Amino acid sequence: MADLIRYTAAETAKAISSGEVSAVEVAQAHLDRINAVDEKVHAFLHVDTDGALEAARAVDAKRAAGEELGPLAGVPLALKDVFTTKGIPTTAGSKMLEGWRPPYDATLTRRLKEAGVVILGKTNMDEFAMGSSTENSAYGPTGNPWDLSRIPGGSGGGSAAALAAYEAPLAIGTDTGGSIRQPGAVTGTVGVKPTYGSVSRYGLIAFSSSLDQGGPCARTVLDAALLHEAIAGYDPMDSTSINAPVPAVVAAARQADVKGMRVGVVKEFGGEGYQAGVMQRFHESVELLRSLGAEIVEISCPSFTYALPAYYLIAPSECSSNLARFDAMRYGLRVGDNGERSAEDVTALTREAGFGPEVKRRIMLGTYALSSGYYDAYYGSAQKVRTLITRDFDRAFGDVDVLISPTTPTTAFPIGERADDPMAMYLADLCTIPSNLAGNAAMSVPCGLAPEDNLPVGLQIIAPALADDRLYRVGAAVEAALNEKWGHSLLEEAPAL
Amino acid sequence: MSVIDLVPYEEALASYDPVMGLEVHVELGTKTKMFCGCATVPGAEPNTQVCPTCLGLPGSLPVVNAIGVESAIRIGLALNCDIAEWCRFARKNYFYPDMPKNFQTSQYDEPIAFNGYLDVELEDGEVFRVEIERAHMEEDTGKSTHVGGATGRIHGAEYSLLDYNRAGIPLIEIVTKPIVGAGDRAPEVARAYVAELRELIRALGVSEARMDMGQMRCDVNLSLMPKGADKFGTRSETKNVNSLRSVERAARFEIQRHAAVLNEGGTIVQETRHFHEDNGTTTSGRIKEEAEDYRYFPEPDLVPVAPAREWVEQLRGELPELPRLRRQRLQSEWGISAVEMQSALNAGAIDLILATIDAGAPADQARKWWLGELARRANEDGVELAELPITPAQVARVSALVAEGKLTDKLARQVIEGVLAGEGGPDEVVAKRGLAVVSDDSALGDAIDAALAAQPDVADKIRSGKFAAAGALVGAVMKATRGQADAARVKELIFEKLGVTPE
Ligand SMILES: [Zn+2]
Repeated sequence: MADLIRYTAAETAKAISSGEVSAVEVAQAHLDRINAVDEKVHAFLHVDTDGALEAARAVDAKRAAGEELGPLAGVPLALKDVFTTKGIPTTAGSKMLEGWRPPYDATLTRRLKEAGVVILGKTNMDEFAMGSSTENSAYGPTGNPWDLSRIPGGSGGGSAAALAAYEAPLAIGTDTGGSIRQPGAVTGTVGVKPTYGSVSRYGLIAFSSSLDQGGPCARTVLDAALLHEAIAGYDPMDSTSINAPVPAVVAAARQADVKGMRVGVVKEFGGEGYQAGVMQRFHESVELLRSLGAEIVEISCPSFTYALPAYYLIAPSECSSNLARFDAMRYGLRVGDNGERSAEDVTALTREAGFGPEVKRRIMLGTYALSSGYYDAYYGSAQKVRTLITRDFDRAFGDVDVLISPTTPTTAFPIGERADDPMAMYLADLCTIPSNLAGNAAMSVPCGLAPEDNLPVGLQIIAPALADDRLYRVGAAVEAALNEKWGHSLLEEAPAL
Repeated sequence: MSVIDLVPYEEALASYDPVMGLEVHVELGTKTKMFCGCATVPGAEPNTQVCPTCLGLPGSLPVVNAIGVESAIRIGLALNCDIAEWCRFARKNYFYPDMPKNFQTSQYDEPIAFNGYLDVELEDGEVFRVEIERAHMEEDTGKSTHVGGATGRIHGAEYSLLDYNRAGIPLIEIVTKPIVGAGDRAPEVARAYVAELRELIRALGVSEARMDMGQMRCDVNLSLMPKGADKFGTRSETKNVNSLRSVERAARFEIQRHAAVLNEGGTIVQETRHFHEDNGTTTSGRIKEEAEDYRYFPEPDLVPVAPAREWVEQLRGELPELPRLRRQRLQSEWGISAVEMQSALNAGAIDLILATIDAGAPADQARKWWLGELARRANEDGVELAELPITPAQVARVSALVAEGKLTDKLARQVIEGVLAGEGGPDEVVAKRGLAVVSDDSALGDAIDAALAAQPDVADKIRSGKFAAAGALVGAVMKATRGQADAARVKELIFEKLGVTPE
């Protein structure tokens, strides 16, 4: 039974539906694992033991009653603390929301519950999803299970670390500039940013509305696909939700075949600033795809060079407005309300005390970029760049089925190394940001360890909007070929905790 | 603040031309809010019509109310506006405790309707065209009640109560282009415009547009420029002027105040001003040292609104007859003067009169009751005419009873009074109060015989041709029947009994 935590989600669901194990046993095994290792990893901000066991019991009862179970019924999951959970603390990694228990479930939370997924708890993250290391959490950093002195990526470091530490077989992240894919890459796990609008944002505490996208995190491509199908789909509560069928990602993951696909290598991603071992594993992946029957093409996307500056105008602009609601009036932190001060003063004191430095930096950047007289030069220009990037993608996808690149320029860096250097930190998302600006789909899948530091490297696969299934075809093919070559999955090489 | 000696109105207008801009907010009467499914029932317990979205809870998202968009388009069409083929919502960012998200979802440079006009008719029938800059959609804020301060404003208050029931109620903001050339009739134009707009909104059925309930709120922007100049002066913005009369008074006061400042060589400060209903003055509110920067940007949580042309044309085809044209038609149908029509409009009586006519009353009778007795009662009770507890059908019934001779005018007024007092419908009141005209000739015959017997000298006078003397006998009969007899019939019967035939 000790191996329950090492099951994939697909295996777990099968074991539960066949009666090999109960959902309660599975949940308990993961709760025990969390108890054993999370003090070191700090992937979770809140563990909902009672809720998890209750959900597991409900699945067991359903099975006992002879009801049909969904493909993920009884599978435990770690939920990024940016989705609202009715009655369960939701902080978005901020002091501002310490102790807040939302009165409603996010659409994604509701769908998970309806699918019989067992939510173990809420995972650590950079405050309001702003960061690439989870160091910006108001509740302390998360360690990378490969090396606890290193960052697990961010903003969804908690979710990725929970997977890599075998605390949960599934996790949910949100990806605004790479916050699912970059943690996936540096922890040796799979992370998918679905097409913008395919997973409801209702109940996702907004960082940057036009970029935020919830998505699946898992240890295998198939597991990610199963989770993808559980959470995606039209939601009338989210106006930006796409009313179109969800691509058949599970079938694509099972197909795992790239024969005849045209794969474009993005020329702009590589060279200076990229770690040698990362590029080495990336080039090997290109050759691997070629050997699997894909046709490799080099593609130039010149506008990608401007993606980072455009992102750092658009995202802060939207966040400066989205975070204005934290004013101490209706919920969350309230500081300095001594009965004498005005509402305005209490709001100011609360925001001063409740937001961390990175959040404040972005609110100030965004407020400035939207100011009259600067709007056209900053926000306006950034939107134009966004259009150019979308055109680069359109042109590329006129020629190839998917694009590939390294997910991140480097492997996991030590905690503290970039904490005082925002620009260095921002570079971690260099390769992931263009897909957020264009709204298409992208995945990070493990492709080996960098020889110089023995840390995981991620391969990024990018597909056109609403062609998420292509990610899974390519990702699963790479995963299968590499697992065969290594004789096991990459995570097996992670040191024991 | 120094007290200003106002310049007499005529004197001000002799030296300056007023330029006005009117911004009217109309609360739509949709069943649900603009961006969520919450109810909009007025007068509900505070904070009972709220949800994560209109409370601005973290994670919540807006969804556009289709009826809100349709109403905005219909208003735009009725104002002769172009309707945008594609437009977006925008966030207007500023902090205020009654605004849950600390931004208002509004529209900025892409309004749903723009470039229109509204023809308004002044008291004497002159028509003035007010050009419309734009009409756009937005959401209302919550409502703050500041307790403990002297002024009812946030500054100086001990504490404030916040009710978010109103937060997210759909608003349409209608902004005029600068109104120039109205001269000394500017205040009258302002009033007539708001009155006409109110009629229009009601005719469209998109809102009751009750100014006293805040369903329609007006900001009056005003500046003066020396006669002959072509450059506008600095304007003041008088906020929340909430009755037709106040709109006119506020404009008038500001003309006089601006003239006083300018005559003394002073400069007008661009500022927000508050209007005081009690004495018709305005006082300084917030001074805008620099234009407030709302950092507008397109609302990323909502997709653009792109009304299909066929739909817009369908809505155009379904517009009701516009109020001014309808009034013109009714005026000629009823054969009354422009002034009479205006007073019917001002009293809010037109629809009531029409409904009364529809219920069978002659037009003159319907007008007589609503503009006479009932208007007087509404005025006394301080309510709108339509709020009186009497229906057009009941008024038509009273009118019919008079026509049938069953009620005299005087009795009819008593019946109306009874209906208003909640005693039931007209027939019920007649029965309960025993108000029917005594027209039964035999019943009257007894009373007449008694009167003739009591006053034989008067009977002789009549027989000798002094017909006017009959008045004394009629009086006696009326007294005996407690006023319920038809005096004319009584007179006829007296002459009949005495065998005389007056000329
Ligand atoms: Zn609501």
